[in-house]
Amino acid sequence: MKGNARAFASALFLIGLGLMLVTLFEALPFGGAPMQVGQAIAGRALEDTGATNIVSAVLLAYRGLDTLGEVAILFVAATAAGLVLGGAGRAEAQGTPAGFILRAAAALLFPFLLVLGAYIVIHGHLTPGGGFQGGAILAAAFFVPLLAHPASPVNHGVATVVEAFAGAVFVVIGLAGLVGGGAFLVPLLGAGTPGDLFSAGSLPLLYLAIGLKVGSELAGLMARIAAAGDPARQGGKA
Amino acid sequence: MIWLVLVTMAVMLAAALAVIGLRSYLAAVAAISVVSLALSVLFAILRAPDVALAEAAVGAGLSGVLLALTLRRVGLWTPAADDDGEDRP
Amino acid sequence: MTMDAEMLGKALYAGAVCLVLLGLYGMVVPRNLMRIVLGLVLLESGVNLFLVAAGFRADAAAPILTAPFTAQAAGPLVDPVPQALVLTAIVIGVGVLALGLALVVRVKEAYGTLDTHAVANRMARETGADPAVTAAGARTPGALPVAAGRTAEDAP
Repeated sequence: MKGNARAFASALFLIGLGLMLVTLFEALPFGGAPMQVGQAIAGRALEDTGATNIVSAVLLAYRGLDTLGEVAILFVAATAAGLVLGGAGRAEAQGTPAGFILRAAAALLFPFLLVLGAYIVIHGHLTPGGGFQGGAILAAAFFVPLLAHPASPVNHGVATVVEAFAGAVFVVIGLAGLVGGGAFLVPLLGAGTPGDLFSAGSLPLLYLAIGLKVGSELAGLMARIAAAGDPARQGGKA
Repeated sequence: MIWLVLVTMAVMLAAALAVIGLRSYLAAVAAISVVSLALSVLFAILRAPDVALAEAAVGAGLSGVLLALTLRRVGLWTPAADDDGEDRP
Repeated sequence: MTMDAEMLGKALYAGAVCLVLLGLYGMVVPRNLMRIVLGLVLLESGVNLFLVAAGFRADAAAPILTAPFTAQAAGPLVDPVPQALVLTAIVIGVGVLALGLALVVRVKEAYGTLDTHAVANRMARETGADPAVTAAGARTPGALPVAAGRTAEDAP
């Protein structure tokens, strides 16, 4: 009985919300975005930053401070997850050995994932991709071997150092913008020739820092959740 | 193009229903990866290659791995059963 | 072509609404913490789809400049601002997901169950909280499972 009442209330709420959303979206135009900012940015992003990927230009130049906040949020989330899992250690160890296919594929995949991730990070200002996507792939590259050999110790120390260093580089590049009388995180070093690997000033450097930071954070996060409650693996924690 | 969108949307919504409806947690996690993958195809069709790449790498890849690892940790890593998952309201 | 674009928009918005509603259902109705996390991921996907669809232009190219490398040669481009926004949202989403899953693992270790009502009951017994309030939270038919989930996640 009480289950029915709750399901009924939930259904009523969802139907009401659905009707509200449909009414809102009915009035929303599709296909001709009314936003002016995007068109203005698309028109002048190349002269301003030298990046041919305009999403990267928005992310690192026009909304650079937002991206710094985003990286900070990711850092806080990773730290909090590590803190929550830190005292864990009561559950039984589950060191299930991986199968042959996973072990062979992990050894084979590692270099390819590494190259793909590095490519996506380094070409973030030219082609689709960038620090976040490439960082996720780098994290996967370092996590797959761990999945194949669950008994191997995790060295969180290196990841922590890389993460801290990359975050510091991001902030230092931002502060360097202040030196020349500009704003925080203003693009430096000139726009260069559009389409060249070494163009778009400091944007590739920022993306490199983001890629390393995101990659080490996500890899550490996955290793922590994989090792949570496994006493044998708690020793390597930073 | 419209047909591609409709087919992808159908796959995505069917997978989303499976996430809610399937009793096996392993199947639900697999279904949510399918949702993310279909979503990244939709992003690519909507001319947002950056977002499509991020959704494929982060949404379909890392989130699925994180969810699967958690399932193993909390002991729901079984194809059929859910121990204390009485979903009945 | 405009007919097509109109249908496309309707289909995309409808898909986003369906994902949001399914995600909310998954967060409100089930009592298992893992289901609530899965619902959160669905809800997030729906919002992301809506934001990208809102920035779409039927006659425009992707916001990546190619060969001549001038904004004039590229013609109209899809709005890059919502795309950057969604990129941020996806990455923050995985951070939130990881934190939520860490809490789920911890709750399972501390209480041995993921059922929100069972966790709330045990918390009430252990902390000696006001039994009227916690009993109401655990047993009354109208009790909100989301509220119970919050209390469970606050566990040490």
